[in-house]
Amino acid sequence: MLRDITLGQYYQTDSVIHRLDPRVKLATTIIYIISLFIFDGIAGYVVAATFLAIIIKLSHVPFKFMVKGMKAIVFLLMITVIFNMFLTPGEPLITVWKLTITREGIKTAVAMAVRLIFLVIGSSVMTLTTTPNHLTDGMEKMMSPLKKIKLPVHEIAMMMSIALRFIPILLEETDKIMKAQIARGADFESGNLIKKAKSMVPLLVPLFISAFRRANDLAMAMEARCYRGGEHRTKMKPLHYERRDYIAYLVVVCYLIIGVIAGKVVGMV
Amino acid sequence: MPIIMDHVSHVYGADTAMAVAALKDVSLVIPDGQFIGLIGHTGSGKSTLVQHLNGLMKATSGNIYFNGEDIDSEGFDKKRLRSKVGLVFQYPEHQLFETDVFSDVCFGPKNLGLSQKEVQLRAYEALKLVGLEDDYFYQSPFDLSGGQKRRVAIAGVLAMKPEVLILDEPTAGLDPKGRDEILDQVAKLKKETGITVILVSHSMDDVAKYVDRIIVMNKGSVMYDDEPREVFHHYMDLEKVGLAAPQVTYIMKDLQEHGIAVNDDVTTIDEAKEEIKKYLTKLAQGKQQNT
Amino acid sequence: MGIIKIKDLVFEYIRRDEEGNVEGITKAVDDVNLDIKQGDFVAILGHNGSGKSTLAKHMNAILYPSEGTVWVDGKDTMDEENVWDIRQTAGMVFQNPDNQIIGQVVEEDVGFGPENMGVPTREIWERVEESLKAVGMYEFRKYSPNKLSGGQKQRVSIAGVIAMHPKCIILDEPTAMLDPQGRREVIRAVRALNDVEKITVILITHYMEEVIYADKVYVMDKGSVTIQGTPKEVFSRVDELKQLRLDVPQVTLLAHELRKEGFPIPEGILTKEEFRDAILKCKELILNRV
Repeated sequence: MLRDITLGQYYQTDSVIHRLDPRVKLATTIIYIISLFIFDGIAGYVVAATFLAIIIKLSHVPFKFMVKGMKAIVFLLMITVIFNMFLTPGEPLITVWKLTITREGIKTAVAMAVRLIFLVIGSSVMTLTTTPNHLTDGMEKMMSPLKKIKLPVHEIAMMMSIALRFIPILLEETDKIMKAQIARGADFESGNLIKKAKSMVPLLVPLFISAFRRANDLAMAMEARCYRGGEHRTKMKPLHYERRDYIAYLVVVCYLIIGVIAGKVVGMV
Repeated sequence: MPIIMDHVSHVYGADTAMAVAALKDVSLVIPDGQFIGLIGHTGSGKSTLVQHLNGLMKATSGNIYFNGEDIDSEGFDKKRLRSKVGLVFQYPEHQLFETDVFSDVCFGPKNLGLSQKEVQLRAYEALKLVGLEDDYFYQSPFDLSGGQKRRVAIAGVLAMKPEVLILDEPTAGLDPKGRDEILDQVAKLKKETGITVILVSHSMDDVAKYVDRIIVMNKGSVMYDDEPREVFHHYMDLEKVGLAAPQVTYIMKDLQEHGIAVNDDVTTIDEAKEEIKKYLTKLAQGKQQNT
Repeated sequence: MGIIKIKDLVFEYIRRDEEGNVEGITKAVDDVNLDIKQGDFVAILGHNGSGKSTLAKHMNAILYPSEGTVWVDGKDTMDEENVWDIRQTAGMVFQNPDNQIIGQVVEEDVGFGPENMGVPTREIWERVEESLKAVGMYEFRKYSPNKLSGGQKQRVSIAGVIAMHPKCIILDEPTAMLDPQGRREVIRAVRALNDVEKITVILITHYMEEVIYADKVYVMDKGSVTIQGTPKEVFSRVDELKQLRLDVPQVTLLAHELRKEGFPIPEGILTKEEFRDAILKCKELILNRV
């Protein structure tokens, strides 16, 4: 159950997408997310969907891994759809008691749902095809101008990479502690909110203790391996753009142009 | 109360392409009062198996009966089952959370909805059963040594008064001293209470001298299920699956192969000593008679 | 002077109660003297709380002596300038395999040490490759550490240390959390490092069967070294070891018990072959007796 969360889970395979510079992937993901909100109408979504489909195809990652990431946002998705459906003013379609579903409501709800789904899948493509270390390397490099304003860019990147490394471990641990407490008769499901919150104590206390212990161990292990911050450090996998990365940037620009034009053209017709 | 596993299988991720069979058609009877060793290396399915016994995991196919009742049938009280089949996980000290030892042990019985008096009585009894001294009762569990923490965690399960106690790798990470203390304590507690105890381990040496039945798991199936000495006869096959018989078995086999006619049917050092002694004494007597 | 020399080492820590008041002082290491020769395989035994891990952390400049001196490759660990050299000379592998792997991919983790040392990129790759090959994990270089078994993770940790080209590697109970299979893998890898790469190994453990190959064994109790010598010498003192609640290999114990019964069996038997020879000799003695 808890293991199903794919966030930060790298899918090991070899593909063009895997080999791209993480900066390209980061930039593309950001541009893609923005594009979802600036593209209008069905044509725009068709372009966005096609683009995503091509990238998924190129990434060699089985589609079901991306869908897995969706489970985490089902709740959010439902709320978005329901709110939009009922609360958007416009031409009423069906009225149930005091709630009215409008044509515009359905339109926005669908649009929002599609955006959210694309957004999540789009970002999972990035995390599935980029090792977290690589990803944080990319972020570090992209943000490195910020070092000038005394932002600890390297440290932030290192922290993120460690967090990502320990997410699966801590999830597994949560699962284990939960089972152990259930075996002692704990009940995490029934009762009202306060009771539920209280029942989390036997889970959270051991989890925090474990996290601190791990943090302490890890810090020692890092020091023992001569870690002393970002200075003097070389890179095993330094980032430099190659031809395919420039091509990828070009593709992204083309995608943006096509998307915008498609939206406008279809909108005019 | 006896537990019966009838053709139980468990498949992880059954509906995906990565389905892994963790248990394959396991049938077992666990009668009252036995001391059982459940052996297998990491990934053999032994932890999955014990989580079925107290209903934490559900069989993909097959049935499990506790005292004659199917534990997956509708209306079966799983919470009661978990109090009757106590499961102590690996590194159980990682589940301690209360500010003092005594309250932590109270957690289990409190969840059973017992009166405060009964809860405290049980906690006290359980802590006595694991041999923890009164001085520690109101200390923070996190200030105790590794072995002591583990005892507290075991007491936390014992306080629910289980009829079957399952310990998953109770000696993992302990030093020889801590290991012997825990195992001796479990053996003592078994003797005093008469409950069924299942020791899950990957070490034959650990369980050989305590248990009266060994179940060997390999790749999700039961490979052997017999008395220890019978199981150790198969030491060659045990080795093939990454397990080993106790070291004495090898010593005796080696002697046998070099013309020393000792019985290899021994599982402990004491038995081996007696066997070699008997052999050498007999040899000396035979020599005397001849001359 | 050997690769690691420890003179009159004392390490104290102050225990405090919840309000931060000093409750007392504990001597975790008490007057230890060691001189470890380059290329040796040294084992340090002792039960939990005997001070063996505290001692180990001094060899890597993670802890500093309260009294006495620790030299690693001739460098005093108290001198702050030496810290990075020392940590590079004496690499350290810890107990919990999950809590010392930093990288999300095996090869990236092995490269972490050399990266920190400022090794040029091309050389990092060479070092990663040779280190992973040395522990037999090269084929797993692209794996996520989470997909590996405990024994494999520990081998990756060892590779991560040898990629720093240390002269000496300290393993602090590397097998305590592993199953027998994993334990064998790790010990095999460690012995190969010592035999083939000639790296000095300091193995801290409480598993007796892991130390019978060592050149020298130190037994610690209450912060001090109480027994030292070759494995044979140490395991000749079965009663003392038992008093310290330490394990003795079963074959050693059996030989010892028979000897106590009056059979002419030497002390310090470590393998079943030695034991068999001793029993055969007994047999011969009996048969030749007139």
